[in-house]
Amino acid sequence: MRIDCRHVWEHISAYIDGDVDANLRAEIDKHLETCEICSAVIDSTRNVVVLVADNRVFELPAGFSERLHARLDREIASGGDSIPHVPGA
Amino acid sequence: MSNQPSPELEAECIRRILDGEAYLFHSLFQPCEKSVYFLLLSLLRNEAEAEDAAQETAVKVYRNLRLFRGESRFRTWVLSIARNEGLARLRKLQNRREDSLDAITEDAGDFTPAILTSWREIPAEELERQELRRMLREAIEGLPEIYRNVILLRDIEEMDVRETAAALGISEAAVKVRLHRARALLQRTLSPRLKSFAPRKRGLFGWAG
Repeated sequence: MRIDCRHVWEHISAYIDGDVDANLRAEIDKHLETCEICSAVIDSTRNVVVLVADNRVFELPAGFSERLHARLDREIASGGDSIPHVPGA
Repeated sequence: MSNQPSPELEAECIRRILDGEAYLFHSLFQPCEKSVYFLLLSLLRNEAEAEDAAQETAVKVYRNLRLFRGESRFRTWVLSIARNEGLARLRKLQNRREDSLDAITEDAGDFTPAILTSWREIPAEELERQELRRMLREAIEGLPEIYRNVILLRDIEEMDVRETAAALGISEAAVKVRLHRARALLQRTLSPRLKSFAPRKRGLFGWAG
């Protein structure tokens, strides 16, 4: 069975994640050997996934962590009746 | 970004917190805070609101800690609380007509990839450029909410399909479909623009012909 470009595109995401069965993977690989367009589509998609996953893209606002933990400190200090101390529980 | 402590360590930490060592909650929550913030930012699209909701989430998690049964990862549980917090706030902000939760239908959009005849990889070093980071953030922020969340948890927070499905309250199959579409939309938007960030071809020993 020969698969066409559209068929390959349907599985790009699963292919990148290694989530396609061996037969389909072999079909796609065979297609990629001769299809420059699909190769470029897969490479660019993989590249986009790698780039957006980089830690540098999304950074927390300055001071976020300090403010969050200060709020938690206040909550913890308020003694919260929410977590009653149950010795030996 | 996936530096999650082991479930055993988490369970031990939770037990000690519930036994009175409340201050340990800081270190329990710390590995989750970035995911919580960006999930909320993706829902609320407002930094101040997302930060406030993240703090509220942390407090709720603390107050309800004994309800955590260890059936999922702690982070998954935390993210589902964050998501509920975000959704509750969204409902209050009713006036957000565009991109409202009901407006997005699962099949809206064209998921055909951008057709390129060749692709030269953009190396991660290029991320030192503020301009590139901004372009990537804007592309993700431009995705419909249902796709943005999945990209955020699966690709950015590196959560697995099961964990993502649990945090978002959707099926694993839906996670895969949405992830596929989200990646296709990003490829379509970004590939043509990313080309300008491709380094010139260079051989091992300098510039190649």
